[in-house]
Amino acid sequence: MNNQVNSFTQGPDEKGHFGKYGGRYVSETLMPLVLNVEKSYKEAMQDPSFLEELDELNRVYVGRPSPLYFAERLTEKLGGAKVYFKREELNHTGAHKINHAIGQILLARRMGKTRIIAETGAGQHGVATATVAARFGLKCTVFMGATDIERQKPNVFRMKLLGAEVRPVTSGSSTLKDAMNEALRDWVTNVHDTFYIIGTVAGPHPYPMMVRDFQSIIGRETKAQMMEAEGRLPDTLIACVGGGSNAIGLFHPFLNDKDVRAIAVEAAGHGVNTDKHAASITGGTPGVLHGNRTYLLQNEDGQIQEAHSISAGLDYPGIGPEHVWLHEQKRVEYVSVTDSEALEAFQFCCQTEGIIPALETSHALAHITKLAPTLPKEHLIVLNLSGRGDKDIFTVADALGEEI
Amino acid sequence: MSRLETKFAALRAENKAGFVAFITAGDPDYDTSLKVLKGLPSQGVDIIELGMPFTDPSADGPAIDRAAQRALAGGMSLKKTLDMVRAFREDNNETPIVLMGYFNPVFAYGIERFATDASNAGVDGLIIVDLPPEEDEELRIPANEAGIDVIRLATPTSDNKRLPKVLEGASGFVYYVAVAGVTGGKSATEGDIESAITHIRQHTNLPVAVGFGIKTPEQAAVMAKYADGVVVGSAIVSMIEDGIGDNGALKTDLVDDVLNFVKTLANGAHSGRNG
Repeated sequence: MNNQVNSFTQGPDEKGHFGKYGGRYVSETLMPLVLNVEKSYKEAMQDPSFLEELDELNRVYVGRPSPLYFAERLTEKLGGAKVYFKREELNHTGAHKINHAIGQILLARRMGKTRIIAETGAGQHGVATATVAARFGLKCTVFMGATDIERQKPNVFRMKLLGAEVRPVTSGSSTLKDAMNEALRDWVTNVHDTFYIIGTVAGPHPYPMMVRDFQSIIGRETKAQMMEAEGRLPDTLIACVGGGSNAIGLFHPFLNDKDVRAIAVEAAGHGVNTDKHAASITGGTPGVLHGNRTYLLQNEDGQIQEAHSISAGLDYPGIGPEHVWLHEQKRVEYVSVTDSEALEAFQFCCQTEGIIPALETSHALAHITKLAPTLPKEHLIVLNLSGRGDKDIFTVADALGEEI
Repeated sequence: MSRLETKFAALRAENKAGFVAFITAGDPDYDTSLKVLKGLPSQGVDIIELGMPFTDPSADGPAIDRAAQRALAGGMSLKKTLDMVRAFREDNNETPIVLMGYFNPVFAYGIERFATDASNAGVDGLIIVDLPPEEDEELRIPANEAGIDVIRLATPTSDNKRLPKVLEGASGFVYYVAVAGVTGGKSATEGDIESAITHIRQHTNLPVAVGFGIKTPEQAAVMAKYADGVVVGSAIVSMIEDGIGDNGALKTDLVDDVLNFVKTLANGAHSGRNG
């Protein structure tokens, strides 16, 4: 693309395209629904009472604004740039996922839907969805791969406590992508009463835009908080990326601030040169899956391949379409971090800051441990601390060979 | 005239609905699948829908999903699906073949190259279930230029506002998805089908085939009263699955059993307008 864009925040176009990516690749049965979600969403965002209710719930139910915290000991240890954490892990349910779950359930209620479905991998989005469904008294079914149910038992039980039905998915590889297939199958079968709360900035238009908009509160708050703390914008933003909801949430309000560098960290698993990783931008190719055109892990026949990451939340063979566009526009840098680097950063954060980060977030932390020492002390970095790691202690113990 | 036009004209002349049989290419393996494919026309199948296996068939129910996974496990690919069509055309140049599947394998193959290769292999139509009218231009135009129809789907959610969008640019026939749901699920009632097909015919002169949830010769006969074509997929694919033993070995009468079942379905569809 030779024509330089004037703005990085105006997409998508009316058909949901970010450049060549995004769109609405769904079966015809779903098309009228998807168009209706878009129409209702646009109306809701023009309605002051909808926005007021969203703001109020964010304040008293989610606990926003989340603090911007100077990670002083981590900064000292790394001996370079000044590192701040945007504390999304302090939100109700312990991660950023609640931001888009609240927004979507308010829309579902406004559309008169009585039943909620969601897909989940690690269970964080499933828990967030089950939480808001309980809060608003709507029936909730969460689709989760049988393999993930086995490795994320605490979250499965949390969802049950919250009144959701967790439906095991045994088709395909029994992981997140299959859970999403199953959610789409349920949605097409229950078109009249069901709203699908998608857990990331992917899926058919308007989901990538809608989830981004609900998550952008992270970046808007960060901007104001950094102005207050340092009197200027940060120099570098860093976030982990699977589907990409927390990264886009932090980055989006800064995209037109050309001097602010944005780095998204993908999961390299055992390494991007192996067949066990989840780095769709670093190691994927263009394709169409789950309602959008994006980069995918696939073979030469267009068959989708298994992703791998130690972090179940990054274990998905695709990425949100806006990220692909930002990558091709060279506005956001995409790097990757392996399982073992993430594990090391996980422990480093626990011990230097007294914060147990999610394994997803630990990928972004690992990149900071490489980058910060190379930068001057006045350089300001913001890490999106997207989730807390209590859910991951079993995985980490296992990886470290410890019995708990 | 295209094979599809010729076929529908012949059916109309006989006042019969056509029978459309779906199988997944390469299920459970290439050779068995080709034997079934080649046997279909002599059982009364008027049009063949050949599934292009995909790892993530999110609009299909468990039967067709498993068929795709079996085919892929056996090494099936889009290139081999076209090989299979070519092999079929060696001794059949009349029965239309419509490829059905998802966009990603076609996209990975290369759209222009796919349109050319599919046309040369003897493909007549395409149903790409995750390519709604808003997104299908990049495939529809090269496919049409290569002489391949892109079949559009109308559904129970296609209201008066949506239907014209679906029909604009449609060719070959219109596929009416009888129920909101995935393949192999619940069945539509006769009343639903009668009113839906009447509705579609007010907007188009294209033939209308109906599929989803049709499993028995009796159901096929009922649908044939209203539709120009009756599609059965999951029930046939399940017969193929039944022909696989617990140890994975194929039962010797798999192909015969499937073809005998297909014959009863075809007879059902063809008899629909006699009663």
